[in-house]
Amino acid sequence: MSGRVLVGVKRVIDYAVKIRVKADNTGVVTDGVKHSMNPFCEIAVEEAVKLKEKKLVKEVVAVSCGPQQSQETIRTALAMGADRGIHVEVSGKDYETLGPLQVSKIMAALAKKEDAQLIILGKQAIDDDCNQTGQMTAALLDWPQGTFASEVTLDGDKIKVVREIDGGLETIKINTPAVLTADLRLNTPRYATLPNIMKAKKKKIANVKPADLGVNLTSRLEVLKVEDPPQRQAGMKVETVEDLVGKLKEAGKV
Amino acid sequence: MANPLKGEVIRLYKTLLYLGREYPKGAAYFRERLKYAFMKNKDETDPEKIKQLVARGDHVIKELEALYFLRKYRAMKKRYYDPEK
Repeated sequence: MSGRVLVGVKRVIDYAVKIRVKADNTGVVTDGVKHSMNPFCEIAVEEAVKLKEKKLVKEVVAVSCGPQQSQETIRTALAMGADRGIHVEVSGKDYETLGPLQVSKIMAALAKKEDAQLIILGKQAIDDDCNQTGQMTAALLDWPQGTFASEVTLDGDKIKVVREIDGGLETIKINTPAVLTADLRLNTPRYATLPNIMKAKKKKIANVKPADLGVNLTSRLEVLKVEDPPQRQAGMKVETVEDLVGKLKEAGKV
Repeated sequence: MANPLKGEVIRLYKTLLYLGREYPKGAAYFRERLKYAFMKNKDETDPEKIKQLVARGDHVIKELEALYFLRKYRAMKKRYYDPEK
């Protein structure tokens, strides 16, 4: 048992930024736009660091796939308490088509290479909202998964996960090794303050290429168009119920 | 300023400046007020008073962290979760 946790962190456009679609409708504007760690990934890092502080795991390794700038995101994870980082370098065209399938292949390969016991990811990224990477990673590794986790308890070599689902809360018990994805209420991520960031500069970030892990990055998806959501139509007020029914009939709804 | 406290004050200023980058009203707005607040007390020599002011600064750090967390949490909750009936 290595007691090692892999945490995936994604560099996304900051949640507070107003997104603008590119003029050619091929994507959104990312140049010069503020980026930060995906909020659900922050929660994942926090959970891993908490487990280490409770001495339930021995090492927390932060992983990010992307261009040079992804290292900043790994540094934030290190400042929050991760022990070391792995930067899987993906840039240019490969980065544009990088999606959950490719990332989950990378995570699975790293989990085997690093002999990880646990993988914790955010439930979804706020830029693509895929909500797939955790599930795909578990499938590729044939590991159990505890997704939408709002509470995680390690119990010997099993994990009790309380999941947030549409009907309420579901509690499951899964074996390790396992993949967990963090939901909003799992914990309150700590802020990476300047002193912690300074200390984190001493921690190592290893550089890896997807080819080294034997991962093929070809995407089976092609983005055809990206556009703004339709403008919301103004509402109308009516005086009586008859008016309302009349208007609904006009619109062909009744 | 007393020597050991000088380090404390500079640490506080740097930490607050770093936090201020994410301030909702803008980093420039924050930096202006931060500098003003520190300059106002620059002639303070009583170590007890300085410690108090530094403690107040640490308190502001905690308040900012809480502000940032709440903003983010509320935004995520609004975007991803159904409003309660």
